Amino acid sequence: MNTPLLTTLAAGLACLFAGTASAQTLKIGLASEPTAVDPHYHQTTPNEALIYHIFQPLVAMNADMQLQPALAKSWEATDDTTWTFKLDERARFSNGEPFTAQDVVFSFCRILNNETAIGGGLTNVARRIVAIETPDAHTVHLKTAAPYPVLPNELARAPMIWSGIAKHDQLHYAPKEGCGVTSAWPTVADFNKGDMVVGTGPYLLKSYVKGTGVVLERNPQYWGDAPAWEQVRMTAVPAAGPRLTGLLAGDFDLIENPAARDLKRIKDSGFAHTIKPSVRVMFFQLDAGREQSPLVKSPKGDNPLQNAQVRQAMSLAIDRKTIVQRIMDGVAEPANQFIPPGMFGSIEGAPPLEYNPKKAKELLAQAGYPDGFELTLSATNDRYINDAQLTQAVAQYLSRIGIKTQVDTMTRSVYFPKRAKKEMSASLGGWGSETGEASNFLQYWITTRNPELGVGSSNYGAYSNPELDKVYLQAVRTLDDDKRSALLQQAVKIALDEMPSIPLHFESGVWAYRSDIQYEGRADQRTMATAARPAQ
Amino acid sequence: MAIFIVRRMLQSVLVLLAVSVVVFAAVYAVGDPIELLVSPDVGQAERDALIARLGLDLPLWQQYFHFLSRALHGDLGTSFVHGVSAVELIVQRFPATLELVTVAIALTCILGIPLGLVAGLYRDRWLGRGIMGGSVLGFSLPNFWQGMVFILLFAVWLGWLPASGRGATVDVLGVPFSLFTAEGWRHLALPAVNLAVANIALILRMTASGVSEAQSQDYVRFARAKGLRPGRIVRRHILRNILIPVVTVIGMEFGTLIAYSTITETVFSWPGMGKLLIDSVYQLDRPVIVAYVMLVTMLFVLINLIVDILYAVLDPRVQLTEPSA
Repeated sequence: MNTPLLTTLAAGLACLFAGTASAQTLKIGLASEPTAVDPHYHQTTPNEALIYHIFQPLVAMNADMQLQPALAKSWEATDDTTWTFKLDERARFSNGEPFTAQDVVFSFCRILNNETAIGGGLTNVARRIVAIETPDAHTVHLKTAAPYPVLPNELARAPMIWSGIAKHDQLHYAPKEGCGVTSAWPTVADFNKGDMVVGTGPYLLKSYVKGTGVVLERNPQYWGDAPAWEQVRMTAVPAAGPRLTGLLAGDFDLIENPAARDLKRIKDSGFAHTIKPSVRVMFFQLDAGREQSPLVKSPKGDNPLQNAQVRQAMSLAIDRKTIVQRIMDGVAEPANQFIPPGMFGSIEGAPPLEYNPKKAKELLAQAGYPDGFELTLSATNDRYINDAQLTQAVAQYLSRIGIKTQVDTMTRSVYFPKRAKKEMSASLGGWGSETGEASNFLQYWITTRNPELGVGSSNYGAYSNPELDKVYLQAVRTLDDDKRSALLQQAVKIALDEMPSIPLHFESGVWAYRSDIQYEGRADQRTMATAARPAQ
Repeated sequence: MAIFIVRRMLQSVLVLLAVSVVVFAAVYAVGDPIELLVSPDVGQAERDALIARLGLDLPLWQQYFHFLSRALHGDLGTSFVHGVSAVELIVQRFPATLELVTVAIALTCILGIPLGLVAGLYRDRWLGRGIMGGSVLGFSLPNFWQGMVFILLFAVWLGWLPASGRGATVDVLGVPFSLFTAEGWRHLALPAVNLAVANIALILRMTASGVSEAQSQDYVRFARAKGLRPGRIVRRHILRNILIPVVTVIGMEFGTLIAYSTITETVFSWPGMGKLLIDSVYQLDRPVIVAYVMLVTMLFVLINLIVDILYAVLDPRVQLTEPSA
């Protein structure tokens, strides 16, 4: 018997075995429903979780937010303003067509010509790409105007689509002129209907009915390792109680975000669970920029939050460990910076943020507020895990050092517009740095607002520090990883010293599932069928 | 009859116009959907483009005018969140709600009327008292609590029925219904009963009090004196007379359940219209909320019309044309 035949036989047997062992359906209970199947529609966690079953980006993030090859097998900065991606020749779309450089050009063109998208963070990224060169079918040069080291991280959220879904001549990257596409650009409705859902990912879209759920089927053409489940059914059950009963009653095999207080019950009922620290940090953003702040009443008639000593005192007053234990039921990690330790640009070995009410009082007195002042904390009560209780606890800690603190919580649809209008003095925020490195949080929440540079867009506290801005801007233009990492650490350090936002904890993603399943959680909180396997 | 219907249609148009003004103004006065839709990593240019595309930069009266002119062409707007037609979203959810409500109303008729009849006829016996007593429980237990007890009992402890969602569907004339599969019925059972319980109690009590009242009326006594069989008296004389208010209430309940079976749909994660409404309110998806209220208003107008016509069928003395004097 010759070797190729043997290999074929073995492969055939393996397929057969894999087929019998895993010809099953995985039923998932989601906490919120994806709003579209269009991969370029809206960058939200539920949408991305669905999309990455079907589509793939050039590079992907693993469960710990480390970059890894996906459609591109390698990538490097070939000069200051060029990123070169080598595409994987094996990659195929579900219709059998090979994935080529043309599809990359088409995908970026569609992102920039997507009339139906809402809130395209993707557009921001694509706009930085000023030219795309395709010397051969499997090489792509992405050119940017300035050095752009985090481009690969951001491209991990840019799914690639098949160029055949629109009529086109030779494709070239000229988004304003239409790139050579001769028919209308596909809309969100075209994707939702399913006929344009042609991806390179492990699953195919079988059906998508809004409000009812999504059914996925294994992609027989998939060029990577076949996923464990033949079919995946995802149903959204927003309320945690019914979602849990769905699991207990056998309607679901796996649910996301069960309430932390139910974990004991889940364990006692013979189910398993996974807790995975996420990149989402919870924090209070302080109105540090303005002379007067709407929800602050100071004996001196000024805004004490402008004073860094006051902000430090507030941070010192908060016992993060106790909050995590008592309010988060242990399902969170106390934060000592704005992204989890170990991520790119985080401060290595940073000590926990101190809890020291005595020192806090002294600091407050030093700053000129020995009798404190009055402050209202604003927060949502239906957006983040235990957001209202968390705010109550922080208010009590602040009251203990003499800051008379009130709490005002409201539903998210009222909260977010109010915060954007700067009607708050201390507002609860939550942010997952999906790029897996430190520049992301700094860019949106800490740096001085500058729409042209695309920075500081969520800096509602109007904090501004030219030194920090300088270090940050230098960092995001430095291609050398070691240098960039050092610069980012320096910026994070300044932000922690100045404390315009007080980090509280990192939320954890939680999943509960049947005990005969193994599930690996992801730091970006996406629920992926590909991360679940039948237990051995 | 024809004049009556035309007149009612004209009235309906006025009602719809008035409702549209009120709803539009109310919904558009609340909050700013852009802050919910757009994440902070979106640049100002994209943000402005989106605001312009959704028409949120225009003054309220202009937005209303645009809405009205589109509505006249049958377009009630595009969902902010889903990017597709609001009516399409609602219509997609409609079959699920319709079948849930139809089963619940069927249960109400099948159980409510006979039980009420028995309770009315045997008012002073233990059977009648038992039924009346049970009915108090039926509408005094909160709907959501009942639903949760059902789930706990039948789904979690006994494991007989699924706790959430809708079963496999079969397309009938292109519309997906789960009424035609066993799995569909398994999913339908708990929410339908949950939705029906309060209504059964209501109809039961209405029927019972109607029956006991009718029994003391002269025409029933006369029929009895004539020596008619009791069964015939109940069918021809009692039931026919008491059914008019019952039919009205069932009609209104049908509409109410379709429009607002929100609690049951939420508890059982039933993918119907009520759940869509709640989701849309949370997300400030204005076009969907407005379209929803408009469609529901139309539904009620229609149901009222049908109920009026049914009156005439049940009781020939009811005149559909107004007296000319």
